[in-house]
Amino acid sequence: MGGRTLYDKIWESHLVGERADGMSLMYVDRHLLHEVTSPQAFEGLRLAGRAPWRVDANLATPDHNVPTVRDERVAGVDGIADEVARIQVQTLDANCRDFGIEEFGINDVRQGIVHVIGPEQGATLPGMTIVCGDSHTSTHGAFAALAQGIGTSEVEHVLATQCLAQRKSGNMRIVIDGALRPGVHAKDLILAVIRRIGTAGATGHVIEFTGPAVAELSMEGRMTVCNMAIEAGGRAGLVAVDDTTLDYVAGRPLSPSGDDWTAAAANWETLRSDPDAVFDREVRIDAATLSPQVSWGTSPELVVDIDEGVPDPGALDDPIKAEVASRALRYMGLEPGTPMTQIALDKVFIGSCTNARIEDLRIAAGIAEGRKVRVPQAMVVPGSGLVKRQAEEEGLDQVFIDAGFEWREPGCSMCLAMNADRLYPGERCASTSNRNFEGRQGHGGRTHLVSPATAAASAVAGYLADPREIAA
Amino acid sequence: MESFDIHRGLVAPMDRANVDTDQIIPKQFLKSIRRTGFGDNLFDAWRYLDEGDIGKTQNERQFNPDFVLNAARYQGASVLLARDNFGCGSSREHAVWALMEYGFRCVIAPSFADIFFTNSANNGLLLIVLDPGAVDALFERVASPGFELTVDLPSQRVTADDGTSWLFDIDAERKQRLLSGLDDIGLTLACAPAIREFEAQHRRRAPWVFQP
Ligand code: SF4
Repeated sequence: MGGRTLYDKIWESHLVGERADGMSLMYVDRHLLHEVTSPQAFEGLRLAGRAPWRVDANLATPDHNVPTVRDERVAGVDGIADEVARIQVQTLDANCRDFGIEEFGINDVRQGIVHVIGPEQGATLPGMTIVCGDSHTSTHGAFAALAQGIGTSEVEHVLATQCLAQRKSGNMRIVIDGALRPGVHAKDLILAVIRRIGTAGATGHVIEFTGPAVAELSMEGRMTVCNMAIEAGGRAGLVAVDDTTLDYVAGRPLSPSGDDWTAAAANWETLRSDPDAVFDREVRIDAATLSPQVSWGTSPELVVDIDEGVPDPGALDDPIKAEVASRALRYMGLEPGTPMTQIALDKVFIGSCTNARIEDLRIAAGIAEGRKVRVPQAMVVPGSGLVKRQAEEEGLDQVFIDAGFEWREPGCSMCLAMNADRLYPGERCASTSNRNFEGRQGHGGRTHLVSPATAAASAVAGYLADPREIAA
Repeated sequence: MESFDIHRGLVAPMDRANVDTDQIIPKQFLKSIRRTGFGDNLFDAWRYLDEGDIGKTQNERQFNPDFVLNAARYQGASVLLARDNFGCGSSREHAVWALMEYGFRCVIAPSFADIFFTNSANNGLLLIVLDPGAVDALFERVASPGFELTVDLPSQRVTADDGTSWLFDIDAERKQRLLSGLDDIGLTLACAPAIREFEAQHRRRAPWVFQP
């Protein structure tokens, strides 16, 4: 028998058995919840008179709808100005209380974007199966945890049964050779991957990211990469365990300690694909060839190097692709051939579960330091209360404020613009988030996906900018 | 869950690849804590000229005359013909609820995104994968007014009125669940003893997972 992949190993160690209809039941170790995709699931439980299977597997926090302006935030849940949003956050509070689920409430320092707080708390551990009613659950795969986004019916199913009913996905390996050059970051790497394989490139597969460039990444960088596995169509993203992983996990509130740590660490050492493991698909990319990436269209695969120009749809052979490109350019208000660095911006957003961790803020602050923002609005939204506190201890907040950035309270914010942080029709934004779909950051808004370095460089340039030319 | 057997209905085309769930149901409607009330906001940003918000009724809205689903000939459509990677992006199940509440029972495309695929199965929305050539042929036919299809799940066949038909593949498990409309959680809870036994072993093997 051939060797097993990392995905095979985690899958097999969580396989409960087969249901009467032939679907596999996979045991779920950790379930993360937020306000948007859970209310209907709790309602379903209530209607059926069911209780959560294992209450302590669940951890909840409000993130999508919470205001990030300090004055509105300090008033807590009752202070949320948008009534519908307030009801949704109150509903999460009430459901957690009723079912005994631990929740980090709106002004708990541990509150934050659900994919930032899981790893921060040690609620995300290697080898775990993790689910959340949110597609970017793939983020946690950076810890060699099998982490999948699920729908609301599945949220209810997991609450009630501690299992997911599914079929096994395929195995895909993306090998990143070489080393990233200065000014080129994890975000650029994953954008380059999606540019290469497309947004359906990994459909039906779990992607394992491997190779020297991945080994060199910090946990923050690996989370950025796995976060956007979903934008490549993947069911999940994974990175094998190494010392970087163990160093990050050690000492977190929910991480094992003492003898438990020794046993766990020994177990986690096995969380890598066997040398003779067989993958259904494989892609190789040389990190050393990559430049900072920037999206120009309305799908995360429509990406170019920062020093390139807006592509010409007329130059594409495939008529469907050409049509998609023309439509995207119309929406984005761009002309073919315009150098990306001549595109002026209205806003810059540094935040989201892709890039709102401490390392992201350090990189951005390094570029912002001593410079002035030249866009009408630039905001930094830390991924969690703890990231915010850490950044403030390091003085990063002051660097941003001095440069003219707004320093906000943690949440999803303008990544999806459910709250007041948004683009208005026609506004153009450089954003460290993960989706540039039409209207994603606000009705009629235009998004350019970039790394924190490129976002900060663009904020101080007023145009999309190459961080390698600004950082000196 | 709604069961699915044989359905005959008017076909509407959505001729774009990578239609994401942000387009199917935009984020402002996700603030609702209910499972219903999304049908009028399906494809909201494309369907209306003004920006929609929760609580705004259809009477207050301006329909976009150029949006395909607003054409008189597609009113009452229950089969949606789409392109590659339909349903990509966010995991929001609201997208499936919106499609079904609007009246769609079935979507045909060359491929679908994974999470959307599962969400559809969990609500009784039948997704049919046909090869790109067959989908192209259907897009040609949908150009003729009143084009209807009969979707026969038991025999896994889509048939046009002139008798042309296309066979499709579907997992035996998914097919069975769609046909029966069975409660998914109930099915799993029938395995409760196995889950309990697995959990006990797992707790011994990996106690750190169970830290409160
Ligand atoms: S930050 Fe954006 S992508 Fe991440 S969970 Fe929040 S809304 Fe989703």
